[in-house]
Amino acid sequence: MAQVFPRTANEFARASLVVGGVVAAAVLGSLLFVFPRSSYMTRQKEAIAQPVPFYHLHHVGGMGVDCRYCHTSVDKSAVAGIPPTKTCMNCHSQIFNQSPTLEPVRASWRNGTSIEWKKVHDLPDFVYFNHSAHVNKGVGCTTCHGPVDKMAYVWQEKSLLMEWCLECHRQPEKYLRPKGEVYSTAWQPPSNQLELGRKLAAEYNVKTQVTCSTCHR
Amino acid sequence: MSQEHVPSTPVTLEGVRRTGGQRRYWKSLDELADAPAFLEFLHREFPEQASMFQDPKGRREFMTLMGASLALAGLTACTKQPEETILPYVRQPEQLVPGRPLFFATATGHDGYARGILVESHEGRPTKIEGNPEHPASLGGTDVFGQAHVLGLYDPDRSKAVLYLGQQRTWGDFKAALREPLAKQQAKGGTGLRFLTGRNTSPTLAAQMRSLIAAFPGAKWTSWEPATRDNSRAGAVLAFGEPVEAQYRFERADVILSLEADFVAGHPASLRLVREFAARRKPAGETPEMSRVYVVEGSPTSSGASSDHRLALKSSEIEGFARAVAAELGVVVQGGVAHAWAAPVAKDLKRAGARALVMVGESQPPAVHAIGHAINEALGAVGSTVSYTAPAETAAGGEAQSLAALVAEMRQGVVEMLVILGSNPVYAAPVDLDIASALDKVPFRIHHGLGNDETAARSHWHLPASHPLESWGDLRAADGTVSIVQPLIAPLYHTLSELEVLAAFTEGEQKGHEILRAHWQDALGAADFEKRWNRALHDGVVAGTAFEAKALRVKPGAWASAGATPPPGSGLEIAFRTDPAVFDGRFANLGWLQELPKPLSKITWDNVALVSPKTAAELGGVKTEQTASGHVTELAELTLDGRSVVAPLWVLPGHADGAVTVHLGYGRTRAGRVGSGVGFNAYALRTSDAAWGRGGLQVRKTGGTTLIACTQDHWTMDATPHHQAEERHIVRSVTLAELAKDKHAIQKLGHEPAPGLSMYPPHEYKGHAWGMTIDMSACVGCNACVTACQSENNIPVVGKDQVGRGREMQWIRVDRYYEGTPENPETYHQPVVCMHCENAPCEVVCPVAATVHSDEGLNDMVYNRCVGTKYCSNNCPYKVRRFNFLLYQDWTTPTFKMLRNPEVTVRSRGVMEKCTYCVQRISRARIDAKNLGREIRDGEVVTACEAACPAQAIVFGDVNDPESRVSKLKAGDRNYGLLAELQTKPRTSYLGAVRNPNPEIPGAGSEGQQHG
Repeated sequence: MAQVFPRTANEFARASLVVGGVVAAAVLGSLLFVFPRSSYMTRQKEAIAQPVPFYHLHHVGGMGVDCRYCHTSVDKSAVAGIPPTKTCMNCHSQIFNQSPTLEPVRASWRNGTSIEWKKVHDLPDFVYFNHSAHVNKGVGCTTCHGPVDKMAYVWQEKSLLMEWCLECHRQPEKYLRPKGEVYSTAWQPPSNQLELGRKLAAEYNVKTQVTCSTCHR
Repeated sequence: MSQEHVPSTPVTLEGVRRTGGQRRYWKSLDELADAPAFLEFLHREFPEQASMFQDPKGRREFMTLMGASLALAGLTACTKQPEETILPYVRQPEQLVPGRPLFFATATGHDGYARGILVESHEGRPTKIEGNPEHPASLGGTDVFGQAHVLGLYDPDRSKAVLYLGQQRTWGDFKAALREPLAKQQAKGGTGLRFLTGRNTSPTLAAQMRSLIAAFPGAKWTSWEPATRDNSRAGAVLAFGEPVEAQYRFERADVILSLEADFVAGHPASLRLVREFAARRKPAGETPEMSRVYVVEGSPTSSGASSDHRLALKSSEIEGFARAVAAELGVVVQGGVAHAWAAPVAKDLKRAGARALVMVGESQPPAVHAIGHAINEALGAVGSTVSYTAPAETAAGGEAQSLAALVAEMRQGVVEMLVILGSNPVYAAPVDLDIASALDKVPFRIHHGLGNDETAARSHWHLPASHPLESWGDLRAADGTVSIVQPLIAPLYHTLSELEVLAAFTEGEQKGHEILRAHWQDALGAADFEKRWNRALHDGVVAGTAFEAKALRVKPGAWASAGATPPPGSGLEIAFRTDPAVFDGRFANLGWLQELPKPLSKITWDNVALVSPKTAAELGGVKTEQTASGHVTELAELTLDGRSVVAPLWVLPGHADGAVTVHLGYGRTRAGRVGSGVGFNAYALRTSDAAWGRGGLQVRKTGGTTLIACTQDHWTMDATPHHQAEERHIVRSVTLAELAKDKHAIQKLGHEPAPGLSMYPPHEYKGHAWGMTIDMSACVGCNACVTACQSENNIPVVGKDQVGRGREMQWIRVDRYYEGTPENPETYHQPVVCMHCENAPCEVVCPVAATVHSDEGLNDMVYNRCVGTKYCSNNCPYKVRRFNFLLYQDWTTPTFKMLRNPEVTVRSRGVMEKCTYCVQRISRARIDAKNLGREIRDGEVVTACEAACPAQAIVFGDVNDPESRVSKLKAGDRNYGLLAELQTKPRTSYLGAVRNPNPEIPGAGSEGQQHG
C-alpha cells in the first residue's frame, strides 16, 4: 500500500509540534501573566451599580462639591470615609426631598439603618493602605481614582495590583502635585512633571517606600 | 527518653556549675541531667514528628481534605476578590474618625479592686486593653487578667438569655415572677431575703444595698471571694483593732522582707508594687544602687523568683521564722523558731530602719500579720514605707464566716429568697459547707452572672450579666481611689448589670447610667457636677477619693505569745493558691489565659500537684517522661480529711519540702467550651478552716499517668554548641557587689564579636533604626507581655494537644532559667521576642523572599508570600518563629471577628509568623508624625509588650537617635546581645540581671561571689 502522507508531511508534523508548544506556552503565559492582570480579574473600569444612583458626575462634576465634603477623614485616617446618611440629608432634606430615587436614603435616615454601598476599591485584607499618608504628601485623588467627576457610577480606574502601587512608590516624582491641587479634578501633570515632582518630593519629605512592611503587616 | 526526677546522689552546687566555677543556667531537670529527651528538643526545631499528622483514624480523611483544599488554594489565585459592602453610619458619632481608634478610660475589677485601664475602640468595638497611667493601681501597667478582659467580653459561651430551670425566658417573665415572692418578703420585712455578691468596692452598689436593706430590714447581704483576705484583715484587727489596709511603698524601701507575700501577682496593688519594685532593681552608673528583697515562701512564686534571697519554708513554718526575726528586732513576741537567716535578715532590716518594710501574705495566719505590723512599727517604717488606710471593700474581713453563716441559715430554712450576684459558690465555696445541698433548701434562687456556670445550674433563675465593658459602674482601688466603669459598647445580648438587677428589687426599671449618676450627683454635689463627672470619666479616676492615712499604734495582744496557730497535722502540708493564669476559676474559659505558660512551672492547660525534689523522692520518685506530644507524668490521689482528688504530680525546683501546692481554678464543669473539664478541682479539698492550706495531706500514687503540655524545654537556645567550655552566656547575672567593683562585669561574661567579620556587606540605616532592650533585672516574669502581644497581634490559641507538640503560637515567650541546685535555685526570667537581627539568618534562607529586611532594620514577615517551607525557622538561633501547622485561627465565631485588631493581618494555615516589633504601631506613629510634618519622637512608638509591662522592663525606640531611651540603655554597662557571637547583630538586646545578696546570709557569701 502506498504511503498516505508524503515524506514532507513529517516536516509539518514537526512544525505542528513546535507551533503547538508555542501556542500552549502562550495560553499558559496568558493564564499566568495576562489573565490576573486583565480587567476581568481586577474589575478595572467596571462601573459598579449602587443601591442609590449616586452620581459623582453630578455632585462633583456638575455641582463642584469638594471631595472632603463627604470623604471627611481622607487627610486624617487610613480610610477616606464613606459619608453617613446625615451628610446626604444635609441637602436632600431640602432638595429632591420627595424624589423616589432617594427613598433608600430617607429610609436609612428614618430607620437608622445603614445604606449598603458596594465596595468599588477593594484591596486584599493583607494590604494596609493609608489615605492620609498620600493626600498629605501631594498625591492627588484623581491620580489613583481617575476622573471621578466624569463618572456616573464610580469604577475602579487603576488595576490596584502591587506592581501598580510600586510604580509610584519607586518613582513618586512622576505623580506628585502641589498640595493645593490634591483635591482638584482638573489638574493635569505639566510638561516638566519630573522636575516639579523632584522639587515637591524634597519639599514634602517624600521618600521611596518599598519595604514590605510599608503596606503588609 | 524517661528521666527519674530524683538524683541518686544529692546534686551539689559544684555539680551544676560548669568547669571553672562558671554559673550554669538550666530550664528543666531534664536539662540539668542532660537527658536524651532534652537534647532531642534542643537540637530539633519542633519535637520529633511534631510536624506530622499523628491521628491514624483521620489520616485518610485528612489526605482527602488536604487534596481538596490544595486544589482550592490553587484556584484562589484565579478568583476575583469577593464582593464586599460598606456600611457607613447613619449619624456618625462625635469625635469618631473612621479608621482611627479611640481610647476610653475605665476600670476592671480584679478580685473586687479596681485597676485602671484604657480601652482601644475601633468604630465602637473594644479590641485592646492598655493600662491607665493616671490610675494609682495601674500606673500604665496591666496584668494578664487585664489584657484578657476584652476576650471575656467576646467569650462566645457567655450567657445570652434569661433562663428559668434551663428554659429560655424574658426579663419581663423574671420581673413578673419576682413580684409575688418579693411582696411576701416586703410583708415580713425581708427576713427571708438574702444577697450574696463577690467582694464589693463599688460605692454605688453599697448605697443601693443600703437602701435595699432599709426597705427590707430583715434582709442580709453577704460578700465573699474564694481568694479571701480574711487573714490580713484579722491580722490588722489583732494589731490595731480595726481591719485596715496596709499601703506599701516599695520605691522608698531599701530592704523588703516578704513573708509569703506574692507582691508580683497576689496583692490588689500588685501592678503598682511591681512598678515600684522594678524602679529600684535597675542599677546603673558609677555607683549602682538597688533594693534588697528577701522572700520566705513555701510555694514558689514570681515574687520569690525575683528576690535576692529566697528561703523555702513550709507555710506553717514561716510563723516561727517571723517570730524569730521580730524578737531580733526587739518586738516582744514568743515562739520564735531559731533559723540561721533570722539574725542577718533582722540586722539588715534594722540597718535600713524606716527604709525597710515587712509584708505578709494572705496565706499566713492573722498573728503573722500582726507581727508584720509590729516589726514595721519597730523599724519606724510606718509613715515611710507603710501607711494604713481604711479598707476599700464594703465589708472587710470575715468573708468565710459570713458565708458559713449564710449557708447555716439556708440549711435552717430561714432563707426563702437568695440572690447571688457575680459569684460562683457552688464551684468555689469551701467544700465542707456543701453549699449545693444547702441551696436546694432555698425555695427561690436567683443567679446573676456572666456565665451559665455551676451555680446557675443550681438556681431557679439565671440572669445574664452585662460585661463590665458593656455596663456602667464604679469601683475602688485598694488605696480608695474610685474609678467610674463606663461601657465601651452596648450590651451584645439582652443582659443587665448588677446595679440594674438590684434596682429591680426597689426602684424598678432603671438604667445603670441613671443609677450611677444619681449616686455621684449626691456624692460630688450639684455644683460643677457635669464638669467633675466628665473629668472623672475622661481621667478614669474620681479626683480626691483616695483614703487618708490613719495614725495607728500596734496594740499588744495574744498574738505576741506563741501557740496561736495549731501545729500542722501528720503527713504532708497542702497549700492552695490561686492560679497565675485562670485565677480562682473565673477566667477558665479564656483561651489566652489557659494557654499561658505559668510563670514558674511553664505548664499550660492544666493544674498539677507541685512538690519539691526531696518530697518527690520520699513519695517514691516522680517519673516524668518527655514525649513528642508532651510530658507524661504520674498521677496521685491527694486525700485530706477523707476527701480526695486525683492530680498529676510535678517536681518544681525550689518548692518547700514536705508540702504540696495545688492551684485553684481548674476542674470546672460548666465553664464553657474552653474551660470545662480542664485540670482537677482543688476546691474539692479546700475547707473553711484551710483556705490557703494545712497539714494532714496523704499522697498516694495511683499508678496512672497523664499528659501535661509544658513548654519549659520548648524553643531552647543552644548554650553549648560545640563543647562545654564554649558557654554562650544566654543568661547573664552578677551581684551588685561585682557590678560595683567592675561595671563591665556583665559584658565581660561573654565575648562581643569583632566588627566587620561578616561576609555580607553591612546594611545602611539612614532613617530610623528600631531596637529594643529587655531588662532582666526588672522582669518579674508576670506574662503580661505575652497576653498583650496575643491580643494586639491576633495570635490564635492552639489547644493543649498542639502545645504538647511544641506548636504554641505566642510571639513572646518568657524563658525561665534556674541557677544552682534544684532544692532552692535562683530564678531568672528572660522574655524572648524576635531579635530583628541586622544579619538575620532567616532572611537568607527563604526561597520566596517572604522574610526580608526593611530599611529601618525590621525583619519583615510577608504572610502573602510565605509558602511554609519553615527554612527560616530552622535557621533561627533564637527559635522565635511560629508556624501555623493547622488552621488555628477561629474564622467562624462571630464575636471573635469583633475582637480582632483590624491593623494586623489574620493569618491562616501554612504561614510562618513571628514578632513584628508591632509594625502597625510604628506605621501609625510614622504616618501621624509625617502628616504633622515632623519626625517621630522618642516614646511615640510603644510596642504592645512595652505598654503592658508593669515593671517597665521593655524599652523600644530608635537606635539611630543617640538621645532615645533605648540608645542610652544600649550604651549602658549591663547591655548584651543574645548569642551576639553568631554575628547576627540582634536589635533586641538584654540588660543583665543584677541581684543584691546579703553576704551575711549563710551560704550566700560563697555563692554570690563565684561568678564566672
